[in-house]
Amino acid sequence: MALTTQNDPALKDDAEGMSYLNRLPRRLVTIYLPLAVFVFVLIFPFYWMAITAVKPNHQLTNYDEYSPFWVVAPTLDHIKYLLFETSYPGWLWNTMLVAVGSTVLSLAASVFAAYAIERVRFTGSRPAGLMIFLAYLIPPSILFIPLAVIVFQFGIYDTKLALIFTYPTFLIPFCTWLLMGYFRSIPFELEESALVDGASRWQILIKVILPLAVPGLISAGIFAFTLSWNEFIYALTFIQSSENKTIPVGVLTELVRGDVFEWGSLMAGALFGSLPVVILYSFFVDSYVSSMTGAVKE
Amino acid sequence: MSSYPSQKPRSRVADMFQSRNATGLMFMLPAAAFLICFLTYPLGLGVWLGFTDAKIGRDGIFIGLENYRYLWDDPVFWTSVFNTVVYTGVASVLKFALGLWLALILNEHLPFKSFFRAIVLLPWVVPTVLSALAFWWIFDAQFSIISWSLMQIGWIDGPINFLGDPTNARISVIAANVWRGIPFVAISLLAGLQTIPTSLQEAASLDGATSWQRFRLVTLPLLSPIIAVVMTFSVLFTFTDFQLIYVLTKGGPVNATHLMATLSFQRGIPGGQLGEGAAIAVAMIPFLLAAILFSFFGLQRRKWQRGGQD
Repeated sequence: MALTTQNDPALKDDAEGMSYLNRLPRRLVTIYLPLAVFVFVLIFPFYWMAITAVKPNHQLTNYDEYSPFWVVAPTLDHIKYLLFETSYPGWLWNTMLVAVGSTVLSLAASVFAAYAIERVRFTGSRPAGLMIFLAYLIPPSILFIPLAVIVFQFGIYDTKLALIFTYPTFLIPFCTWLLMGYFRSIPFELEESALVDGASRWQILIKVILPLAVPGLISAGIFAFTLSWNEFIYALTFIQSSENKTIPVGVLTELVRGDVFEWGSLMAGALFGSLPVVILYSFFVDSYVSSMTGAVKE
Repeated sequence: MSSYPSQKPRSRVADMFQSRNATGLMFMLPAAAFLICFLTYPLGLGVWLGFTDAKIGRDGIFIGLENYRYLWDDPVFWTSVFNTVVYTGVASVLKFALGLWLALILNEHLPFKSFFRAIVLLPWVVPTVLSALAFWWIFDAQFSIISWSLMQIGWIDGPINFLGDPTNARISVIAANVWRGIPFVAISLLAGLQTIPTSLQEAASLDGATSWQRFRLVTLPLLSPIIAVVMTFSVLFTFTDFQLIYVLTKGGPVNATHLMATLSFQRGIPGGQLGEGAAIAVAMIPFLLAAILFSFFGLQRRKWQRGGQD
């Protein structure tokens, strides 16, 4: 049967060429149905988060009279409670500060390191590149205990500085690795002509390479920002006082108390804590994808 | 102008070499300083702490292998090792299978493809702790939406005790981990799939290959290098997972979901036994090395497939 359809003159050498193999009913079962299930499962927790955040308390646990999947007369009480009666706005500010600080720091260090490894080609640049890759593979969960000791020795325990200085441990390897890939794609000739014109390495980096690597910088930057926004174990270990906590730690350690869970405000906290990265993500989807796959590819 | 030729030529070669290394070193300095101070040094310190009896607020003294000997006889530690291996194994296999499936679906011609791709990556973007909180609420013992739905259909009589029963708790945390891990695997593999030329698929189908044969003999071999790398990352991050367990179960019930990372935290920070916590963390390193070696050989195969180029 397949043989007869292969004689179809419409068969062209393009990406659509094999679509003759998939007729609509078959596609429905093999593609659209599984896709719908996947999307439903992946999205449902967010929907559940959002719907819980605006549900009045009496509807929250009364599944007999109200459908749990919908909300009648949504309320802003949970959000109001979150914003005005807890330290939530402060945590939001801390998280922002820490994420921006560590991202800027890591990007600055990574640009120089990546350029040096990829283009200055000093003695030992290749082992340095390999070390950077290996550093990326060292997970925070085996470092947090010694790091806690070090942070304490440095006298920055329980300050935002502790986080700004420790997050680069996983951000610098990642950003350097990513930027190395970007710098590699910039043609040598541009640098050579700048060298011939008498530019120094510093000038080449600032005036030639960096303007060309802006997409890479954006990718690395927003990715690093997201990683620091989502970081948990260091923030949990190094921060004690409520006013220095970040969103993930604050929500978990201060909004969850005792046996009476304020599910509404808890979910509102989760929702608002996710929103900044989700908004950022929605503007830069392609950068995210390229930095994620870029880290894996090379 | 006239002094220029007389000054420079002597040491130009030496200068070049000198300045190349000097510039390189200078450019590497900030990153290297950070990584040595906050990565290499703590890694060494962690290994050292594992050999001491350090507690919070007290420097330890060297006690040799005592921490490890203690852990060797500690059934909770072995439970956590077992849990970690099961958690990593089951979750990675599921993430790989489901992620590859999703990648293959997204590689088809779909309307709103980029929209779907954006949606799929969402669980990965949101902070794990916050999405884990949503799962905590979904897995609630009394008001779980899953229990309610299943009761409405009539499959079960009472609510499922998701996080209170050892087996259920293990399944629940694995499910949450898979949920969070699928996007990374799917999107990375999708990027790999997009590099496979369609003409190869067409050639195979003209030769009479069924769609299963096309997948197994064309797609899979071409995808295998990227699968190796993606799965190494996935295994690495699943093995050292901390956040999800800490939010959902904190290691309970009766240590049924304690991973090595959560046990290390519990003994080290709230328990105050820094030495013992560090020893548990160090015990993870051999497993991680195995994963890295696996990745290394995965990458090597890639070189070979591309014709031996670096």
